[in-house]
Amino acid sequence: MLGMIAARLKTTIPSVIGVIIVTFLLTRVLPGDTAAYFAGPAASNEAIADIRSKLGLDQPLPVQFVSYVVALVRGDLGTSLTTGQPVTADLAQRLPASAELTLVGLLISMAIALPLGVLAAVRQGSWIDHLCRIVATAGVSLPVFFTGLLLVYVFYFILGWAPAPLGRLDVFFSEPPRVTGFLLIDSLIARDLGTFSAALSQILLPALTLAIFSLAPITRMTRASMLAVLGADFVRTARASGLSTRKVIGTYAFRNAMLPVVTTLGMVFSFLLGANVLVEKVFAWPGVGSYAVEALLASDYAPIQGFVLTMAILYVALNLLIDILYGVIDPRVRLEG
Amino acid sequence: MAAAPLLDIRNLTVEFATRRGTVQAVKAIDVSVGKGETVAIVGESGSGKSVTSYAVVRILDRAGRVAEGSIAFSGIDLVSATEAQMRDLRGREISMIFQNPRAALNPIRKVGKQIEDVLVQHVQATRATAREKAIEALEKVRIARPAERYDAYPFELSGGMCQRIVIALALACQPQLLIADEPTTGLDVTTQKAVMDLIVELTRERGMSTILITHDLGLAAAYCDKVVVMEKGRVVETASAAEIFHNPQHPYTRKLMKATPRVGMSLRDLLPEDQAKKTTSTPPVEAASAKPPATSAGRAPLLVVENLVKEYPRPAKGSFLAKLTGQAEPDQPAFRAVDGIGFEVRRGETLGLVGESGCGKSTTSMMVNRLLDSTSGRIVFDGQDIGSIPAKQFAASPFRRRIQMVFQDPTDSLNPRFTAERAIIDPILRMGQVRGRAALRARCEELAQLVGLPVELIDRFPHQLSGGQKARVGIARAIALDPDLVILDEPTAALDVSVQAVVLNLLEELKQRLGMSYVFVSHDLNVVRLLCDRVIVMRTGQIVEQGTAEEVLGAPRAEYTKELLTAIPHPPS
Amino acid sequence: MNEMSKVEPAPLRFEAPPSTSLLAHARHIVAENPVTGFAFGLFALILLAAVFGPWLVPYDPLASNTSVSLQGPSAAHWFGTDQLGRDIFSRVVAATRLDFSIAVASVALVFLLGGLAGVMAGFFGGWVDTVVGRIADTIMAFPLFVLAMGIVAALGNSVTNIVIATAIINFPLYARVARAEANVRREAGFVQAARLSGNSEWRLLLTQIVPNIMPIMAVQMSLTMGYAILNAAGLSFIGLGVRPPTPEWGIMVAEGASFIVSGEWWVAFFPGLALMTAVFCFNLLGDGVRDLVDPQRRN
Repeated sequence: MLGMIAARLKTTIPSVIGVIIVTFLLTRVLPGDTAAYFAGPAASNEAIADIRSKLGLDQPLPVQFVSYVVALVRGDLGTSLTTGQPVTADLAQRLPASAELTLVGLLISMAIALPLGVLAAVRQGSWIDHLCRIVATAGVSLPVFFTGLLLVYVFYFILGWAPAPLGRLDVFFSEPPRVTGFLLIDSLIARDLGTFSAALSQILLPALTLAIFSLAPITRMTRASMLAVLGADFVRTARASGLSTRKVIGTYAFRNAMLPVVTTLGMVFSFLLGANVLVEKVFAWPGVGSYAVEALLASDYAPIQGFVLTMAILYVALNLLIDILYGVIDPRVRLEG
Repeated sequence: MAAAPLLDIRNLTVEFATRRGTVQAVKAIDVSVGKGETVAIVGESGSGKSVTSYAVVRILDRAGRVAEGSIAFSGIDLVSATEAQMRDLRGREISMIFQNPRAALNPIRKVGKQIEDVLVQHVQATRATAREKAIEALEKVRIARPAERYDAYPFELSGGMCQRIVIALALACQPQLLIADEPTTGLDVTTQKAVMDLIVELTRERGMSTILITHDLGLAAAYCDKVVVMEKGRVVETASAAEIFHNPQHPYTRKLMKATPRVGMSLRDLLPEDQAKKTTSTPPVEAASAKPPATSAGRAPLLVVENLVKEYPRPAKGSFLAKLTGQAEPDQPAFRAVDGIGFEVRRGETLGLVGESGCGKSTTSMMVNRLLDSTSGRIVFDGQDIGSIPAKQFAASPFRRRIQMVFQDPTDSLNPRFTAERAIIDPILRMGQVRGRAALRARCEELAQLVGLPVELIDRFPHQLSGGQKARVGIARAIALDPDLVILDEPTAALDVSVQAVVLNLLEELKQRLGMSYVFVSHDLNVVRLLCDRVIVMRTGQIVEQGTAEEVLGAPRAEYTKELLTAIPHPPS
Repeated sequence: MNEMSKVEPAPLRFEAPPSTSLLAHARHIVAENPVTGFAFGLFALILLAAVFGPWLVPYDPLASNTSVSLQGPSAAHWFGTDQLGRDIFSRVVAATRLDFSIAVASVALVFLLGGLAGVMAGFFGGWVDTVVGRIADTIMAFPLFVLAMGIVAALGNSVTNIVIATAIINFPLYARVARAEANVRREAGFVQAARLSGNSEWRLLLTQIVPNIMPIMAVQMSLTMGYAILNAAGLSFIGLGVRPPTPEWGIMVAEGASFIVSGEWWVAFFPGLALMTAVFCFNLLGDGVRDLVDPQRRN
C-alpha cells in the first residue's frame, strides 16, 4: 500500500513541474509588458521600471525562471495591489471558504447521484431511470451561474427561505474562533449552534448550485458503469450461484461499478473548481474565486497568477487522493502499482 | 431409467423481444437429464443451446422469456417458481459454470471470499466455519496450497486455475445438477483436458447430473453419456454418444459429424456429399497463373529461417529516483517470445506451426511475413535475406507481393468502409500490374470465382457478408498477386465447423492450383493433420519437435507432443 | 443474446452501405427518437438566429431608451427591457451569432490540432506520442476553467483569446480520443492486411485509420459544442473577453444578476434561458449524432 502511494506520488512530479512551467510562461513569455500588468493600470513609468527590476524582468528568461521557482519555494507569490497583502496570505485566508463550499456541494451531489444512478441501472426503463436521464442531460446544460441566480430568485426573493446571497455569514453573527477555517466545523467546536445554523443557511444555496452542476456527470457515470457491471459475467455467476439480490448488487456490482466513478471524480473536481469561481461571484462568497475575479477586474496580476497556480496544485493533490482511493478499492492497482 | 428424470424440459420455447419483433431462440424442445447422467447439448453458434440453460436457471436477460413449455427439476416447476425459490435452488441444487473463467469471477474480491459468499448464502457454513469450508472446497478441485490461494485475486491466477475456482464455487454446496456452458472454450487443449477430467471425476464421485453445453462434438462424445444436437433453436437428434458418433440419424448431425476433423479422415471427407462433388467439378485455371507443379525434392527450399529470436524488454523495476541516482536494480533479461528457432518451408508444401497460446507461433509468423522485426536471426526467402529489411519498409520491397497472409478473424481483417471488391484489389492497386477500372473489375471477379465468392457479393460491405464469405474475401485478397508463400494464421478459428470444412478444402485446392506454399499456424492438431505435410511443434518460444505430419502426429517422440495429442478429446470407439 | 446476433449473415439494421444511406439512416433515427428530431429542429432555429438574427429583431440591440428601463415582459418587449431600456429579446437573438461563432471556431480549431496530434501519437507512437501525451497531461493538470481564465488574462482580454483558450482546454480530450482510436486500429487485422498489400505507413494512416475514426471525432465535436458555449459564457460572466455593450448571453446574465435580488428576474433570465437551450440542444444533438454514427452504442 505504501509502495503504491509512493508510486502515485512519483507520477505527480511531472504534473507539478508542468504546472509551474505553464504558469511561468503565462506571465513572462506572452506578449504584453508583464511589469505593466503587475504594476497595475494607474502606475507611472518609474513605478513600472521599479517593478521590472524588482521582479527581475530585466534578467534573461532562465534566470527569471530560477528566481520564480525560488520565490515559489519560499511561498512568495507577490503582492496584491488591491489588498496590499502578500498573495499567499490572501489565498490562505480565503481558501477554507472555497474548500468548504466545494466539499459541501460535492457531498450533496454524491448523496443524490450515487443512489439515483444505481437505482436507474437496476430498474432500467422505470420512472427513476427516466428521471436519471433528465437529470443527466439537463444538468450538463445548465450554466452554473444561471442555476445560482434562479435559486436566489426562487428561495430568497419569492419564498424568502434563504438569506440574502451575501457571503458566508450574516452580519449579525460573528465568526467562531478559527480552527479549521470551515465555519460549519469551527462553530460546532465553539458549541455555537446559532452560528452553525446561520452558516448552514448561507452555504446551502451555493452548495446546492454546485451540486446540481456536478450531479449530471456522477449520475451518468454511475448509471453507465452499473449497467456495464450488471451485464458482466461475474454478476451472472453470482446470480447463478443464488446469491441474494442485496449481495449481488451491493457487494459484487456496486464496488466494481465505483471504479469508473472514482475516476470520473477527477473530472468532476476539475469542473467544480472552475464552477466555484462563478458561484462565488453570484453569492458574493469570500473565497479564492471571487478574489481572483476582483483581481481580474482591477488588472491586478499577481493574485490571478497565484490563484491559477494554487488551484492547479490543489487539483493535482486531489487527483493523487483519487488515485489512492482507486487503489484502495481495486487490488489490481494496489498489488501491481 | 425407470425413475423420473432429475431435469425434465418439455416443449420449451424461449422468445426474445428485439427491435425487429419477437425472435424464438428456442423452439419447442424436449430434453431430459437422469440422476447421475451426463448430457451434452451440442450446436453451432445461434443454435439456442446456451439460452436453454439460462432458461433452466432463469437468468435470461430482460428481453428474454419462456413463452411456452415446462421445466421440472425433481418435481419443482422452474417456470412458475418464485424468484425466492429460484435463488434457493441456484448454487445449492443447480450450479453453472461459464466460459471465460476469469471474467466469471469478481475481479476485486478474493476468490476464497467469493466461495464463502455462496456457502453462507445457502447456509452451508457460518461466518466462523466459512473460511475453513472454502479452503476445503478449493482443496477438492486439486488446487495446490489452497490456504494461500484463498487470498488470491482472479487476476493473479492463470485461466485454468480460474476455471478450477469457478468449479469449486459451483460445487461448494453439493448441488444435484451442474450446467457447464462451454467450460473450456478459450483454454489450451492440455488445460481443457485437465478441466474436463476434473469436472467428470467430481460429478461422478458425487453422483451428480451434468449438462455440458458445447460446440465441439468431439468433446461431447468423449465425456457424455447422451448427446442432444440442436440447430436453429430446435433439437434435431437425441441419442447416446456412441450412436451419434457411429450412426448419426439426422442430416444436420451427419453434416456436423462429417465436418468435425478426426484421425483417419481426408480433407474432402469433411464436406457434405453434395458439396464435395461440386468443388471437384470447377474448371481448371488458365495456364498463366498456374506454376509448374512443385515437388520439394531437388530444389532449394522457398524459405529458410535460421536462429530466429524475438525479445521484448520487461518493464524495468525500481523507482524513478533510483534510476536517476543509478541505484536501480540490474535489468531483468528480456522476455524471449521466440527463442532461436530454425526451420524451412519447401516449395509447394504446407508447414504446420502448432502449439498452445503463448508458445511464440504467431510471433514467428508475423516475423516471417515481415510485419514484425526480429531481434536476431535470418529469414531467407528464395535465396534472399529478407529479415534484414525493416518491417516498416517492407511494403516497398519487391518481396512484399510474394509473401501474403490470411488472418484469424475475418471480420477484423476487413476495413468496414471498403467494399469486398475494394479490399480484394487493394494489393493490386499498390503492387500489381493490372490497371484500369474494367481490368481490375475483371480480375476481382476472377478472384471471387476462384475462392467461391458469388460475384454479385463483391460490391457489398463487410457487415453485409457472413463469416464464411468474409473469410473468402480475405483469401481472395491474399492470393490476388499470386504469392509464393501464404501464411494462414488460424484462418478458421472464428468459424463454425461446417464453414471451417469448406474453407479448409478451398485453401487446399487453391494451393494445388496456384502452386503456393503455406505456413499454417494453428492450435488444432486435428486440422493440422488434415492440411499439413510437415509439422513444427512449439513451446515457450522453442521448437519441441519437427517432422512430417505422420511422424509427429502419428508417432511423436517429444513428451510434450504426446501430451498435446492425448489431450485431444477421444470419442468412444 | 450475443450468440444470437452472430447467426444472422447480414443484420438488417446495416442493410445499406454506410456512406450512401446516411440520410435514410438519419430519417430513421429521427423517426425512432423524436427527441433527436426536436434537437435538430432547435439547431435549425439557432442557426437561423445566428445567420439572420440582427435583421430579424424588432429593436436595435444596442439602442438604449431610459424611459422604458427595467420593464417586465410585455407585448412590446417580449423579454422585457434592461436597466438602459434596451430590448432584451433583440439582444438575446442578436447574441446568438457571437456565442455560436465562438463555439464553432474553438471546436474547429481543437478538432484540427487535437485530432491531428492524437492520431499521429496513436499511430506512430514513440516520441510523438510522448510529446503529445505530455502536453495533454500538463493541460489536464489544471482545473480547465481556471486555466482558461489564466490564459485569457495573460493573452489579453479579447474574443479571439476566448476562442484560443477554449480550444486549448479541450485539446487533451480530442487528442486522447483520437489517440486511443488510432492506437487500437494500428494493429487491427485490416490495417495489417493493408500493410501486406503494400501500403506505406502514411497511406495507411490516411486511407485506413482516419476515415474510420472520423465518425467518433464527429460525435466528440457535437458533444463538446455545448461545453464550449458554456465555457465562453462563463468567461464573459466574470468579465473576460466580450465587453459591454456587445450583446452576449454570459455578459447579459452578469448584468442582470444584480437585479435578481430586487425581483427584476427577466434581465438575467432570458439570456440565461437562451444559453441553456443552446447547450441543451447541442448535448441532445451530440447523443443523436452518436446514434447516427454508431447504432450499437445506444443504450
